[in-house]
Amino acid sequence: MSQRPITEDDLHAFVDQALAPERRGEVASYLNDHPDAAGRVAAFASQREQLRSALASIANEPVPAELNLSHIIEGRKRRPLRAWMAIAALLLVGIGGLGGWTVRSLLQGGSNGLSALAQEAAYSYGVYAPDRVRPVEIRASDSAELTQWVSSRLKRAVKVPDLSTSGYRLMGGRLVATSHGPAAMFMYDDDQGDRLVMLTRPMSSGSQDAPMMPHAAGDIAGFAWADRGMGYTLVGQLPGDTLKPIANEIRKQAGPI
Amino acid sequence: MKDMLVQVEPLIPSLRRYARALMRDRTTADDLVQDCLERAVSRWHQRRDGSVRAWLFTILHNLAVTQFRQTATRGRHMPIDDAGERELASAAAQEHRLIYQDVLNKLARLPEEQRAVLLLVAVEDFSYADAAKLLDVPVGTVMSRLSRARERLQQEMEGAAPGNVVELRSVK
Repeated sequence: MSQRPITEDDLHAFVDQALAPERRGEVASYLNDHPDAAGRVAAFASQREQLRSALASIANEPVPAELNLSHIIEGRKRRPLRAWMAIAALLLVGIGGLGGWTVRSLLQGGSNGLSALAQEAAYSYGVYAPDRVRPVEIRASDSAELTQWVSSRLKRAVKVPDLSTSGYRLMGGRLVATSHGPAAMFMYDDDQGDRLVMLTRPMSSGSQDAPMMPHAAGDIAGFAWADRGMGYTLVGQLPGDTLKPIANEIRKQAGPI
Repeated sequence: MKDMLVQVEPLIPSLRRYARALMRDRTTADDLVQDCLERAVSRWHQRRDGSVRAWLFTILHNLAVTQFRQTATRGRHMPIDDAGERELASAAAQEHRLIYQDVLNKLARLPEEQRAVLLLVAVEDFSYADAAKLLDVPVGTVMSRLSRARERLQQEMEGAAPGNVVELRSVK
């Protein structure tokens, strides 16, 4: 008879009722012959029961209000609404001509066209960042396909920046429509679930390069710039000084190929 | 979102139980669960196929580990919160309360890694393989932590007054 020797793991699996019936039988007969092991197994089983009983009441407590899942979902939905209001405010202020230089530079067009790009990015952020179901069309797992797709539509080689050193993971991206043709949108998030949107598209003629320009309204902030005919912008619900280094990182990576 | 509500809501009590037993403090534990749920809501679309329960426990556990690292620099923790003190108000329950408190205090003295394994396996009913995946360690590590946790808890219990041990064993 060549039965596998009984191991410590078997004894624990016996306690946790994790053994196949046949093995369970073998362990049980071993325990019959070995009172020391049987004593330990009984003690472990008793521990298990005591722990389960002692902790059972926690699971029976009424769930506190702050852990009410419906409230948490509602809370998440409200944030994008604030984002929309910020965009609306930005537009109103700009149209009224009351804004500071950042708002004006965002909306008055100007020769470099960055303002239009920034506005497009803010719209895309407002539409896609709050989307819990399908914020991106192609997920990060298919980033090669994503790059190929947007590069062919933009007729430019588009690189997807890697923002992991800043704590942001690529979620994926999609092609978005702008009044200046197709743009590539990439979305990132961090461990808190905060999302950033990067939008890039070719700039219209005459704006090959433009220095990085901040734009902000409410809790939406962003930076836009142009490099060799491509416009870039990064938008998020973060303070400008948090976004700036990330935008710098994108500029560094997305630069000339 | 409806789908999420249906799948996640029933798991909240066990998430609270795990967090409380691990963190030993009611407020800290519930804050952790809240953080876990916020993340679950924001990343619902990102989760891979597989058990929602294991996914949630993984998020929660990783948050707890981060918390441990932070508190490690601030010295020892508070004693474990009474397990449902208010809910154990009846006379019969009062009798058991001391015994429960005793086993929880002993549990609290285990190293965090051992405590986590023991709770996931013996209380939350995760398989050894699932616990390993959740903790991102090999199954062998789960088994050795489980074994050390049980031996150590047993030593603590035997170290208690003999009368106490008998009393403990009478509770089934």
